[in-house]
Amino acid sequence: MSETLEKPAAAAVLNVVGTRPIRPDGADKVTGRATYGADFNMPGQLVGKILRSPHAHARIVSIDAGKARGLPGVKAVVTAADFPDLASEMHEGGEQASNLRDLSLNVMARGKALYDGHAVAAVAAVSTEVADAALALIKVTYEVLPHVTEVEDAMASGAPLLHAHLFTEGLPAKPASASNIARRHYNERGDIAQAFAAADVVVEQRYTTQAVHQGYIEPHACVAAWAEDGRCEVWSSSQGQFMVRTYCAKVLGREISDIRVTPAEIGGGFGGKTTVYLEPVALALSRASGHPVKMVMSRDEVFRATGPTSGSVMHVKLGATADGTITAAKVELKFQAGAFPGSPVGAACMTALACYDLANFTITGWDVVTNTPKVAAYRAPGAPIVAFAVESAVDELAVKLGMDPIAIREKNAVHNGTKAAYGPTFQNIGYVETLAAIRDSDHYKAPLGRNQGRGLAVGFWFNIGGESTAAVHIGEDGSAVVVTGNPDIGGSRASMAMMAAETLGLPVERVRPMIADTASIGYSMLTGGSRTTFATGMAVVQAAEQVVAELRKRAAKLWETTVEQVEWKGGQARCLDPAKPDKKPLTLEALAAQSGRMGGPISAQVSLNAQGAGPGFGVHLCDVEVDPDTGRVDVVRYTAAQDVGKAIHPAYVEGQVQGGVAQGVGWALNEAYIFDRDGKMENAGFLDYRMPVASDLPMLDTILVEVPNPRHPFGAKGVGEVPIVPPLAAVANAVRAAIGVRMPDLPLSPPVVLAAMDRRQG
Amino acid sequence: MSKAHVTTTVNGDPVEFLATPGMTLLDALRDELNLTGAKEGCGSGDCGACSVTVDGRLVCSCLVLAPEVEGRRVTTIEGMAQGGQLHMLQQKFLEHAALQCGFCTPGFLVAAKALLDVNPDPTETETRYWLAGNLCRCTGYDKIIRAVMDAAAELRQEKIA
Amino acid sequence: MSQLAYVAPSSPEEAATALAATGARPLSGGTDLLVQLRAGRVKPDVIVDLKRVAGAIGIREEAGGYVIGGATSGAVLGEHVGLVRAWPGVVEGANLIGSTQVQGRASLAGNLCNASPAADGVPALIAARATCVIVGPNGRREAPVEAIATGPGQTSLSPGEFILEFRLPPRPARASDAYLRLIPRTEMDIAVAGVGVNLVLDAQGRVAQAHVALGAVAPTALLVAEAGAALVGGRLDEASLAAMEAAARAACRPISDKRGTANYRTRIAGVLARRAALIAFARAGGQL
Repeated sequence: MSETLEKPAAAAVLNVVGTRPIRPDGADKVTGRATYGADFNMPGQLVGKILRSPHAHARIVSIDAGKARGLPGVKAVVTAADFPDLASEMHEGGEQASNLRDLSLNVMARGKALYDGHAVAAVAAVSTEVADAALALIKVTYEVLPHVTEVEDAMASGAPLLHAHLFTEGLPAKPASASNIARRHYNERGDIAQAFAAADVVVEQRYTTQAVHQGYIEPHACVAAWAEDGRCEVWSSSQGQFMVRTYCAKVLGREISDIRVTPAEIGGGFGGKTTVYLEPVALALSRASGHPVKMVMSRDEVFRATGPTSGSVMHVKLGATADGTITAAKVELKFQAGAFPGSPVGAACMTALACYDLANFTITGWDVVTNTPKVAAYRAPGAPIVAFAVESAVDELAVKLGMDPIAIREKNAVHNGTKAAYGPTFQNIGYVETLAAIRDSDHYKAPLGRNQGRGLAVGFWFNIGGESTAAVHIGEDGSAVVVTGNPDIGGSRASMAMMAAETLGLPVERVRPMIADTASIGYSMLTGGSRTTFATGMAVVQAAEQVVAELRKRAAKLWETTVEQVEWKGGQARCLDPAKPDKKPLTLEALAAQSGRMGGPISAQVSLNAQGAGPGFGVHLCDVEVDPDTGRVDVVRYTAAQDVGKAIHPAYVEGQVQGGVAQGVGWALNEAYIFDRDGKMENAGFLDYRMPVASDLPMLDTILVEVPNPRHPFGAKGVGEVPIVPPLAAVANAVRAAIGVRMPDLPLSPPVVLAAMDRRQG
Repeated sequence: MSKAHVTTTVNGDPVEFLATPGMTLLDALRDELNLTGAKEGCGSGDCGACSVTVDGRLVCSCLVLAPEVEGRRVTTIEGMAQGGQLHMLQQKFLEHAALQCGFCTPGFLVAAKALLDVNPDPTETETRYWLAGNLCRCTGYDKIIRAVMDAAAELRQEKIA
Repeated sequence: MSQLAYVAPSSPEEAATALAATGARPLSGGTDLLVQLRAGRVKPDVIVDLKRVAGAIGIREEAGGYVIGGATSGAVLGEHVGLVRAWPGVVEGANLIGSTQVQGRASLAGNLCNASPAADGVPALIAARATCVIVGPNGRREAPVEAIATGPGQTSLSPGEFILEFRLPPRPARASDAYLRLIPRTEMDIAVAGVGVNLVLDAQGRVAQAHVALGAVAPTALLVAEAGAALVGGRLDEASLAAMEAAARAACRPISDKRGTANYRTRIAGVLARRAALIAFARAGGQL
């Protein structure tokens, strides 16, 4: 079931936006023709493979590749010695800033291996068999070091140090000694001591979550070729071809102009393909061998060596008066960053209390390195983790106060004009409308069965805009091509074509959306941060508007009138000049057919840095059933409401919401990185890293609330990330309601739930 | 390195290829026959992205050794659309927006077709369990299940008509 | 680099000869072997595909019982109306191995000889008192299913031996079986615990024979005679169920690993034994 609640004010006459056409790349994707990362080959290519550390923490004493190099069919072996030793430098590329030195060291270990799966060498050979045999012949001498995987263990004094020169930033004074704590984030408002003292009810709890993986089904893959003149070609599956270009250039010490990156179709990313792992290695192997090199990760490599998101330990304390007003909040977050600094704890601190209008709070965040894979962005990075803790705590307050879970949230809700806990003042948000949508839903009123419980949670994500380029070209038959620089990860070709079609007055089938390589379109930040429909969409609409302006100009010239007397409507120029009542409308086809005589081809390109992405709010309602004898939890009903601004293609917006819910349910119930005593990942495969399968889930109902974003031509807000924020807490709150015990530790696997029921029975 | 000569039928066409030792059917399809519609998501039979049928039986092609298909009939996603017409399932996947990134889609379609071949009127639960070996990380399965059920209903109508 | 040969013999004797060679591994459904090959956990020199061996695939009735070819896939078992009616527990155990895709390949002989303690196909076969017909270089022999696995990844088969077929005993009236397992998800997991229960009722609807077998709670699947005995003579009243549950738990000697703790596995084995017994009883026409 899905419904759309539209604010009447937003209702403009739209012919394409808001409809559900078939996606332009659909036929290719249902027939197997679409070309993903591993589906591309270059003539003469070699197979590239990576040798990975079997140790969680070890000094690399030596690497002897002599035997591997001597194996017939081996064309190159590279190690960190083949990459420049970069200085520390921050680079802003999209959702999260990256330190280029750390990026380089994560691509290929230098001196120390920092986690099980860390790349230490790579080979290129004529076949997979030869490459595998070569890896087995590389002799790496390790000095195994003590390791640490858990965040609080890593913070403890005396913990094994990952980086000898890491000194905690964000403290009042630089600490005297190095530690695993990379940074402290801190934000406060008001006086929490006084506010807690005045509270009628206080709840306080420690919460934990485990590292989880984005779980895209397509493993990382690329083909790279380094020509003799130093020009490089990369074909790869990523969330941003420009990101790949920049990072490859930096890691290899090349100029950006040396590298062209062509985006393959991407088989899911969810933030995990916002960085590089293989591409610089493939280029280095190609340089060393003189051949193109293809690299494809195994699933085991994806789990062991690419970005999960942080495991965490969190403390949340809330105080409220008897009427449900939250008077004080104290939040402390400790996040695993993996082998290099950069956990999403900063974003978690900012989103922690974003749904609540609070006078008094402190939020402290700790970014902590551990001997685990370096975390990568994962859909609303950090927000689901902290929302699990805060929304569990608010639920506990509601239980203690005997309040309805929506009522307590409405009482403390942020509104337009509220100064958000993270700084800005909210405008044009649809939070209370979204709460109301759930309260008015059938689900909220439905009775529950035996052993069932219902949980509610809310979530927030900023959404971003940023730099995008789009071009619109009109063909001589009056059709349009829309070119952007953003990989289509979930249907954005459809939304780009629809917005162009709406603006031009064309049927959407007459618009062909293209995603260009880095030499064929202007710079665009990667597909991430829920930015593409907003920011790249804005560039598309502006480019289409420039085309329309040109068309009006040409019609005015033909009609010998002023451009002001020409209106563009329904894909036609219409003459408004009262002195020329005989001028029949000119279609786009007609104008395009005359372009040779009218100043040439009609094209426009817009590059912009979009501002004003409207923040998004979601409210989720979850029913679970708990097996009283085994502790197994089934999600039996789920409804997610979200303010989406304006749904350009509602079916794909619903799909974003449903997909976020499914990932969040997996995170809540079963997904987790499991490390053994030696710090090796024990469940690096889909069998034991238990993502939800089709039979694990019910239909996922959605309610799209449309409170338009005035900064976007059609009112769109980002939608992709918000829906993963509430589910962890929604599920946990539902389990609490079913069994009567607060569940502060994820995942809620059957033994954990059964143990909680045992505690209740005492 | 000795290679095995394999003669088989793929999507109705006779084909021959040389299989290296340990080569899977998935590798053979992708690397020898250039049929890249079947995808490798795991290589261990846990994701279903490489689904094909062998003698009409749904299997993960990553769990089949290439020489095993000697003399068998293999069908892949590339054989689903006929005569330039999408199969009803393919059409319904598009109409229901049952794909986002599309990487798992060929496997789902092959598996769903195998379901409808043996059970033209599956319940939602039957559909979910039949497809439990096909992982999708994008959609939450909702629209996939609806597309399969809708395709089944339309195919039943076509049969009556 | 290893040389890997593939052979697909057509007679049991040829298969036994091929398997007797050093470095030979049998391929039945392949759903475990190919994963192990890829992970480098096994490095055979020759793979002997048993699916083209005469008698290795198929289901037939013989002497009042069923004979199941060792390499018959789970999907084929699930489609056999008579087998499902007589041995629903054996079939549901086999059908819980992996996905629909895996069902298109995975076989009972493979599941048994892979010798995972958690094999879903095995407990119900043991509870059914099924036997295996084993073919080897020295001819044929028959052994009970519980005699095959001797520990994780270990079997009692000699070099060259393989399971050609399984034999299920004749089924009297008022008899049925059930298999249940617990996994965290609804599909696609390895059992945390699994229980097969096989019951034969007398004319009065009391339990005349009962066999209870447990999976994933010991190095091999266990036939727990005390658990079966606890059910005999009654109609699954609370006292006999409680006694059976206790006997089942007492037999457990599980390990703690990423899939479950020893305590949890033991407790769940009891829960599943009770539930499976009730299902088998109802299937056999029993009235509580």
